[in-house]
Order: sequence, then C-alpha cells, then structure tokens
Amino acid sequence: MTSTSLDSHASTSQPGAPLLSVESLGVSFPSAGGTSRAVDGVSFTIASGETVCLVGESGCGKSMTALSLLRLVPPPGRIDVGSRIEFGGQSLLSLADEPLRSIRGRRMAMIFQEPMTALNPVLTVGDQVAEVVRVHTKATRAAAWERAVTMLGGVGIADPAARAKQYPHELSGGMRQRVMIAMALVLEPELVIADEPTTALDVTIQAQILELLRELRDRTGMALLLITHDLGVVAEMASRVIVMYAGRVVEEAPVQSLFSRATHPYTEGLLAAIPRLGSEQERLRTIVGSVPPATALPSGCKFRDRCPYAFDRCAVEEPALLQIGPAHRARCHLVEEPERRVSSPDRSA
Amino acid sequence: MTAPLLRVENLTKHFPIHGGMLRRVTGAVRAVDGVSFDIGAGETLALVGESGCGKTTTGRTILRLVEPTAGSITFDGTDIRALRGESLRRMRRRMQIVFQDPYGSLNPRMTVGAAIREGLIVHRIAEGAEADARVARLLDEVGLRAEVASRYPHEFSGGQRQRIGIARALAVEPAFIVCDEPVSALDVSVQAQVVNLLRDLQRQRGLSYLFIAHDLAVVAHMADRLAVMYLGRIVELAPRRALFASPLMPYTQALLSAVPVPDPGAKRGRLLLQGEPPSPANPPSGCVFHPRCPHPAKDAACSRIVPPLEEKAPGHWVACIKQPPTTVSDAVQRDAGATRSPERYLPLFSHHNHPAP
Repeated sequence: MTSTSLDSHASTSQPGAPLLSVESLGVSFPSAGGTSRAVDGVSFTIASGETVCLVGESGCGKSMTALSLLRLVPPPGRIDVGSRIEFGGQSLLSLADEPLRSIRGRRMAMIFQEPMTALNPVLTVGDQVAEVVRVHTKATRAAAWERAVTMLGGVGIADPAARAKQYPHELSGGMRQRVMIAMALVLEPELVIADEPTTALDVTIQAQILELLRELRDRTGMALLLITHDLGVVAEMASRVIVMYAGRVVEEAPVQSLFSRATHPYTEGLLAAIPRLGSEQERLRTIVGSVPPATALPSGCKFRDRCPYAFDRCAVEEPALLQIGPAHRARCHLVEEPERRVSSPDRSA
Repeated sequence: MTAPLLRVENLTKHFPIHGGMLRRVTGAVRAVDGVSFDIGAGETLALVGESGCGKTTTGRTILRLVEPTAGSITFDGTDIRALRGESLRRMRRRMQIVFQDPYGSLNPRMTVGAAIREGLIVHRIAEGAEADARVARLLDEVGLRAEVASRYPHEFSGGQRQRIGIARALAVEPAFIVCDEPVSALDVSVQAQVVNLLRDLQRQRGLSYLFIAHDLAVVAHMADRLAVMYLGRIVELAPRRALFASPLMPYTQALLSAVPVPDPGAKRGRLLLQGEPPSPANPPSGCVFHPRCPHPAKDAACSRIVPPLEEKAPGHWVACIKQPPTTVSDAVQRDAGATRSPERYLPLFSHHNHPAP
C-alpha cells in the first residue's frame, strides 16, 4: 500500500466534550394506525478516536439512527421534535441546509453497504473522489484530481492513476467499497459512519477492508460509528458497543464487558445463537419467535415476548437503561431483580 | 463400504462467452471445472467458497436445473444425465432444493398450503383430504401452525418463509436436498432456529444434504465433511474436524483465518490475502490459486502443474503439490521449473483455539 498524508486533525470541540452526542433521538413513520416509531429515545455519545459499534438485527433502527446523524432520514420518515444531535458543539438538527452541507462530507462522512448503488455509474471513480474535494474546498480541478489519486492509493488500490479513470462497473465489489472509503475519507473527517460496510463482501475481502479501516483510524484519529449485525466484526473493531432492539438501546458497554457480562437477555441470546468456528456443540441456542414489527410492539418491555426470564413486571413497565458497571448499562428489570434470572420452562431454547 | 447415495464425477459446466459481430463463441466461463465428490445416505457435505467459485452452479447442475457440459452424476445407482421426461420427473421427487431467498422462490399468489400441495399433486402422492392432512403434518414438522396454510407468502417473516420452503421441499419425501445458502438472508437469532430445524429433519428422515454456504461458522454446525471451492475447482475436501483443525490448502487457511471471531479477547492471527480471485473466464495456469498463494515453497512449478486432488491423510483430500505428501514427484516438479521442495505449511492453526484433529 502506498502511504498518504492523512494527518491527525485538531478536534474543534471543547476538551472533554464528546465529538458527537445524541439525546432522545426518535424517528417516526406514518403508518395505517397513526405513526410507528423506528427509533425511540436513543441516546449515546462518541468521543474523538473512538470506535463505537451499533448492533442489532434487521429493523432494529440501527441504520435509521445512522441516517438521522446526517439528516438523511428518507421521507415520509421524520426525526421527532425533542431529539437532539450535537456534533463538535453544534446542534445539527437546528442547522440551516448550507452549514449542514459543509459538515456533511467534510467533517462527517458515511460509507454505505452497497457501493454499486451509492456510486454514480456515469462518472469515473477518480472524478467522484475529486468532486468531494472540489465541493468542499477551493482546490483546483488538477489539485483535486491529484488528491483523489493519492487517496485511492491510500485505500490500497494498486495503480491508482489508471484505476481513477475507470467507471464503477469496471471494478469488483471489494474495489468499489475501497472507492467509497476513499470518498468518505479524502477530506479527513472527524467522524465516519459506516453502515454494514463489509456485509456484501466475501470474507477474505471483508478481512482486507476491516484491516484498512483499522489502519486509517489509527493513522488519522478519526472516530468511527460502525453499524453491523456481525458480532465477530464487533469483537474485532469496537471499543464500545450499543445493542439496539425494536428502535431502542437495550444494552451499552465497553466491548470486553459486553462479551463477558452480557446482561440484557437479548444480548445474551444473540451471543449464544452465533455459530462459531471449531465449536463442537452441534445444536445452536436460539431466541424464540422473531422481531415484532414496529406497529405491533408489546406493552412494557419490547423484548418480553421472546425473553426466557420475563415476569409480570415486564408487561406493565418498560425498564429504563440501568447502570451495571462503569459505562455498562442495560434496559432490563433483571438489573434490579437479578434473582429473577431463571428460565421459564416454555421459553428456554 | 456401501455405494454412496450421490456420486459426482468430473462435473463440468462452461458457460459460453459470445463476442464479435456474429456473436460467435469466443471463450468460456469455467464455472465448474472437473468437480468430483460423494455424499452418503444421511450425510451432509458442505460446499464452501466465495462468490463466483462455482458452488451454486454445482448444486443446480446436480439437479439438472442447469445442464452440465461434462461429467457424470449418479444418484442411487441411476445415471441422472441419461434421464429424460417422465423418468427425470420421477427422479426429481427424490432430489429437492431449498433456496436462499424463500420469498423469490414462492409464488406470491399461491397460498402456502397450495404451494406445498402442488408437489403432492404433481407427483401423485396424495389428493383431496389426504393431501390437506399431509400439508398440516408438514407445517407442524417445520414448526408452523396448520392454520397458516390459507395465508400468502408476504404475510410471513423471512424465517417463516424459509420454513415454508423447507416444508415444500419435504412434501415429496426426498432422500436428498440441495440447501443453497438457506440461512444467509436470515438474522442471527432466526438463523439458529432454521439450522437446528434442518438438523432435526435430517435425523428424523435420514436425509442427505449438499449444504452450499459462504458462512463457515454455520457450516461448522451442519457439515460432516466440507469441500472448499476456488475458481470452479475443489481445492480441499475433508471431514469437518480435520478441515477446521488442520487445513492444508493455503486458500482454505486464508479463508478460515478471515472469519471474524466473536471474542474480543481472542488472539487472532490472520493470513491476509492480496488482491481478489481472478475471473473464471481466464483462470491462471497450473494451480488456479498460485498468483495469491502464500505457501513458502511456491515456485514456477505451481504455475505449470495442475495439482491433482490427492489424499494427504485418511479422508483428507488436498490439491497442492507443495504440501507433502504428494504424488507429483520432485523430479516432475523440477522438470516444471521447481526450485523448492514441498514442505509442510500450517500457519496460525497450531494454537489451542482450534480442537485437535
């Protein structure tokens, strides 16, 4: 890999304050019976240089949370009144379009899952990376092109000067994902949001891309919000993990603590359900049922229908995110009533 | 040993490439290139590999959903390639397939009950009330309530649709099922349910599976033996434990080491491959993996000799002339330009994370 000059940038936020702070984020969609909430009361922070993984299964609200950070929620979805998102001390939700655009792409960038649909098919990949530079800086056409080529080399594309002149369809999936990463990182943003960046890729190519993200993160000091359903990727990449279920944060913990002391029954179930290499256990543990649609969530705890430990209180009172240890919280009544962690016979899988 | 239920020999599928003004055949995509394996009764053979390695085409060719270019397929003593019309249809009753995307494979305008009944009627297994009773039993067997028979596919979640796809395949009482990425589209919690269901059904009915998947961890829970494909060829074939504990083909080693381990404390060594697989329209000469191979004894012979799939340990077949023992002698290798002798190469796989063979 050729080296590029991606220097650490000075954070513009006050010392000690998080780079990104999300508070009571809600996203609603109109539905037959009123509105359905895809994201409900989500709060978290990300510090400079930190890698936070947002984990959960389809429909849990993780992608919608990510899109909210860039104010890209697809209509008719709306970010609820009362939600707060602060980035480098600025409130993103009250920002006018022009200053928002200058943050988006320049200080905060996104990498999508499917690079074929996120790239413009009629522009060369070099033009697309150069365009990001030209939109956000006063660089000349030639300088922007040169920077694009350097960046394409920096993400591990061999012979970047020639590749820059190619169109997306001429590149493989792994190459296209590298181009997406080059576009996201060319202006050295402080925060990169990556939504399932390796899900569509083969495992050996995934290994290359994760290695690249780690290396760029360590070199530039960027913060990374990585959205994934793969707990293996989480274990490799995260410093902190946020688990979502039914639009809510159900558990939040430093990565070691999450894997060693998973507390929410959903997290516990997910960890038990993943197949592992070299494991001799043949029968997988399962979580009964499937994720309920946002329009048909149960009362009280949203996981109780599938929970092996559910008791009467779970049906009437939605638990708060309760503190378990340093930086470790779970949305479960078991935190207060640990003696209830006894599987009911019909729910244990 | 009794004859295997399915025997595939030298199976080949080349898709023609047309070019020029006259659309003449100018080349071929060698999707499957001389693949051989057996599957015993009640056994699961997993076919693993990355996109474009030919695993899906192999599965479809066996069922003759895609016509093979060459090779033989023998199922329960019958040559599948010789069958036509009615006899092919009768054989299809015994060989079924479950697809990755259950939504795409179910007719949206047919109720679930009708979709499952169809096979019963076509193959004259049952009709009328008897067919209804069988549909109800099948739904129960895959963990769905009998009432769902009157509903349509869109009313179900992905996991439920996969259960319906399995019930439909089981309706005609097959002995063998090609499972083509059956859980890849499902969430982890639901994936585990379907993996367990497939295992239970196998035990109860004595089914044989060809389990096609790219997720090695899922395969670890399903397979008795694994065949690893790369660019249309099987490069390694071994019992599950041997393959995970001591993979001998450097490609298999890289593939296994690339799987992220869901344990933040795990020591990970990784064999990071450079570049990407070449196109099957223009595969490399000799060993198809040689341009990316990290084996320390790799030399010119690797680009000139097509490595035979040879048995390096009991039941453990590997296509690599540099991994001893090999039937390709030093003299033959030297004639092909070899400068190095074969040597045992087993990086990353000696530590205790993996069970001993």
